[in-house]
Amino acid sequence: MPVSWPKLGAESPPASRGLTARPVVHNLLAMQPIGYGNLTPARLDATFAALADPTRRAILARLATGEASVRELAEPFTMSQAAISKHLKVLERAGLISHGRDAQRRPRKLEAAPLAEANEWLERYRQFWEESYGRLDELLEEMKRTAKPRASGRRATSKRKGRRER
Amino acid sequence: MTTTKAGGRALQVTTPSDREIRITRSFDAPRQLVWDAYTRPELLKRWLGAMPGWSWAVCEMDVREGGRYRWVWRGPDGAEMGLGGEYREVVPPERLVTTEKYDQAWYPGEAVGTVEFTERDGRTTLVTTLRYDSKEARDAVVQSGATGGMEMGYTALDTLLASIAAA
Repeated sequence: MPVSWPKLGAESPPASRGLTARPVVHNLLAMQPIGYGNLTPARLDATFAALADPTRRAILARLATGEASVRELAEPFTMSQAAISKHLKVLERAGLISHGRDAQRRPRKLEAAPLAEANEWLERYRQFWEESYGRLDELLEEMKRTAKPRASGRRATSKRKGRRER
Repeated sequence: MTTTKAGGRALQVTTPSDREIRITRSFDAPRQLVWDAYTRPELLKRWLGAMPGWSWAVCEMDVREGGRYRWVWRGPDGAEMGLGGEYREVVPPERLVTTEKYDQAWYPGEAVGTVEFTERDGRTTLVTTLRYDSKEARDAVVQSGATGGMEMGYTALDTLLASIAAA
């Protein structure tokens, strides 16, 4: 049944315990009516897979403040540069970061487009359900007005035979 | 948990387990009316999924235990989108359990959606819980990447953007 989604950047971001995979079955319903076709699912998958790791998100958050070398990126973590490099490769494959020009330092920088694309998808997805629930609010108001005069004994279930077996 | 306001009505998304996602939204109406809006096709058609450019093509629902439903929307350029399933539990006006499968789904199996209607002081709280009916189906979805990853991404992106905004 319908799912509604909060606006992005809502006041209390989900805690990291929410990062395990949870299937959502409404993606198609959400994406198709809104012209999802111009976004590539493979790329979105790569973006979301890359974002699923807390270290990689921390790296992206760091890069959002400016370019940084692998050594600089590794500093805040209790992790080897090799381990950080692995994460960087994932981010690079997803197109979320790129190399700077400096051949020695090879600074990484954030690529905004895939994030924006993912954000757009999610935003539309939520919009779809928010709009549906918004219309439900309106419909209920209307139903309240029309239902009142005959509210007593009104049961939707009586309108359809065989609706419930027990 | 993420909370936002929708017309003054708080909406919450929580994750009770790694197989489930739960959405809570309250409505300013008695639950019988909310129930009707969910179970009567002429009412459901007025609120569910009618995005601009899209219209209902099929809305069949046999709302009783074991009954089936079939919903199809038609959009621009002849695009079509459909889903269907079975009503597993129908307890008016309290509880509705359905299976659901999209025509275009790239994963096997069905999901199970449970909607619970609770009324208090004339307001109805709707708790929707989505759950895959087998671990295999869940795993297949996760392996296919898109849906599982999408939800991961949703949560992750929210967190990331919040941290970027705070930076």
